[in-house]
Amino acid sequence: MAALNTGPNMAAPDDFYEDLIALHRDLSEEESALVNAKLVLLLANHIGDPEVLAAAMAAAREDVVASGGSS
Amino acid sequence: MKTYTNPIYAWKRSADQDGAPPRRPVIVVGAGPVGLAAAIDLAQQQVPVLVLDEDDTVSVGSRAICYAKRALEILDRLGCGERIVRRGVEWKVGRVFFRDEQVYSFDLLPETGHRRPAFVNLQQYHLEECLVDRLAELPKAEVRWRNKVVAVTAREDDVLLRVATPEGEYDLSCEWLIACDGSRSPVRALLGLEAEGQVFHDRFLIADVHMKSDFPAERWFWFDPPFHPGQSALLHRQADDVWRIDFQLGWDADPELEKQPARILPRLRSMLGEKALFDIEWASVYTFACRRMHRFRQGHVLFAGDAAHVVSPFGARGANSGFQDVDNLIWKLKLVLAGRAPERLLDTYDAERVAAADENLLNSTRATDFITPKSKVSRTFRNAVLALAKHHAFARKLVNSGRLSLPHVYRESPLNTPDREGEAFSGVMVAGAPAVDAPVESKAAPWLLDHLRNGFTLLAFEGAIPNKAAEALAHDPVACRILRVGGGPDGDLGDRAGHLRERYDGRPGTCYLLRPDQHVCARWRRFDIDDVRAAIRRATCND
Repeated sequence: MAALNTGPNMAAPDDFYEDLIALHRDLSEEESALVNAKLVLLLANHIGDPEVLAAAMAAAREDVVASGGSS
Repeated sequence: MKTYTNPIYAWKRSADQDGAPPRRPVIVVGAGPVGLAAAIDLAQQQVPVLVLDEDDTVSVGSRAICYAKRALEILDRLGCGERIVRRGVEWKVGRVFFRDEQVYSFDLLPETGHRRPAFVNLQQYHLEECLVDRLAELPKAEVRWRNKVVAVTAREDDVLLRVATPEGEYDLSCEWLIACDGSRSPVRALLGLEAEGQVFHDRFLIADVHMKSDFPAERWFWFDPPFHPGQSALLHRQADDVWRIDFQLGWDADPELEKQPARILPRLRSMLGEKALFDIEWASVYTFACRRMHRFRQGHVLFAGDAAHVVSPFGARGANSGFQDVDNLIWKLKLVLAGRAPERLLDTYDAERVAAADENLLNSTRATDFITPKSKVSRTFRNAVLALAKHHAFARKLVNSGRLSLPHVYRESPLNTPDREGEAFSGVMVAGAPAVDAPVESKAAPWLLDHLRNGFTLLAFEGAIPNKAAEALAHDPVACRILRVGGGPDGDLGDRAGHLRERYDGRPGTCYLLRPDQHVCARWRRFDIDDVRAAIRRATCND
């Protein structure tokens, strides 16, 4: 079974980051939220593996919820 | 209503009101689809049954309209499938629209070789009338209209009832009480029991419209359509040129106001077009909940249908699961009444149907969360799925306008016998699954399911089952009939097209043991009479 790869995995991280920010250029907050949601769905389907997805979801939520707010 | 007039079933004073009636084996409370089906199933198997209903007619309004393939197969077994299918409208294609575009369509039964379609739409009053008429053919059944249960005493071995009629109250008793008295079940309330779960904060307008239209017989679902922005809508065709239209209104809508024709008409005109000619047959504003009772068996009281569990309407999982409750319960009750199985067999009604209810609740709750997103981010993801669905196949799998009713597979049932070690099967016919229908060659009937009626059956593929063994099984206390598949002089069913072989992975020697409700409870690659007997004992709690 695959684990979530959180080590460096991109050949050109700065290029990716620039593209990600550019993706949202001229979009309203609402439009940006929609683009982000579509991006999450496309990538999640590409990954497919439910364990990797669950690990990514857990990692994404880490440190976001205020202390004591585990749910 | 223009297309339908409710029949009135006259109340008659019963002799029981003037004497001390004897204890009955079974009383059913509620003459809705589920109660009537339970009574038919009992009476057609020669178990006397009395049905009590507080009203004197069938459903007022169309209410449950979508009957799934499995429910139709159960209705076939009850002797009224054909009439219901002929009266209704068959469909199998659903279309989903987002704003002004179709994002995808689905076909619920793409293969041929099935007697019944994926769905038949029929107004609940028509369906109930078919069931009332069928019950009237059965001498073991009696229905008492305007008989309202006002007190229930559940004792260790029986149940006492106090019943109110237009001419006063009287007492009845029964060994087993089946409560099919709907989501607000008075029997449940009288016993101080509850159904627990989640209430959804949304309101829906449901309208039946009489209209000549060439819309196809399909299920059409809209998210955020131009004619009803920000909400959802659903369209279904019913019998007699009646169309069901469902409008999501949101939690803040005023239900009394929304029921007024002055409010409904503009909504319908914007959907159907200014030129459409239609009349409103019936309209109602509803909310819904997803909940179930903790246990469906409470001593000698058995709960079925909406009395035991309610779901949101998206997915047609209400009435359809109620028929499956009955299908599961009645053969067990019949064996218990006959003294051929212990009472704990009825605990497996609870176990199997609670598992089924949980599956329905899960599906229906998920559909509701998709249709009525509860937060801004949930709505964003919902709209992202819909936006992607038009061009990307993966996203269509995420669109949830209701996962339509499929029969539950009793995978974890204690009544199942596990496969023998080393015996492998392909396909879906695992222990717990309902028998899949297939066309067969036979003088008696052209469909497999017609041959699986009201008893245990061993479906045997081209295997040498000695006549002596078949004879012995037929005379056991819980009898089992052998149904031989394949050509040759011993074959009961021909399978020239190979549908049976394919759907059951039926190599020569393969045997499936089917329960009286047509669910598989054991299968083997080679016949062994001791294994068959052990599996029947297990499936009847006689082990």
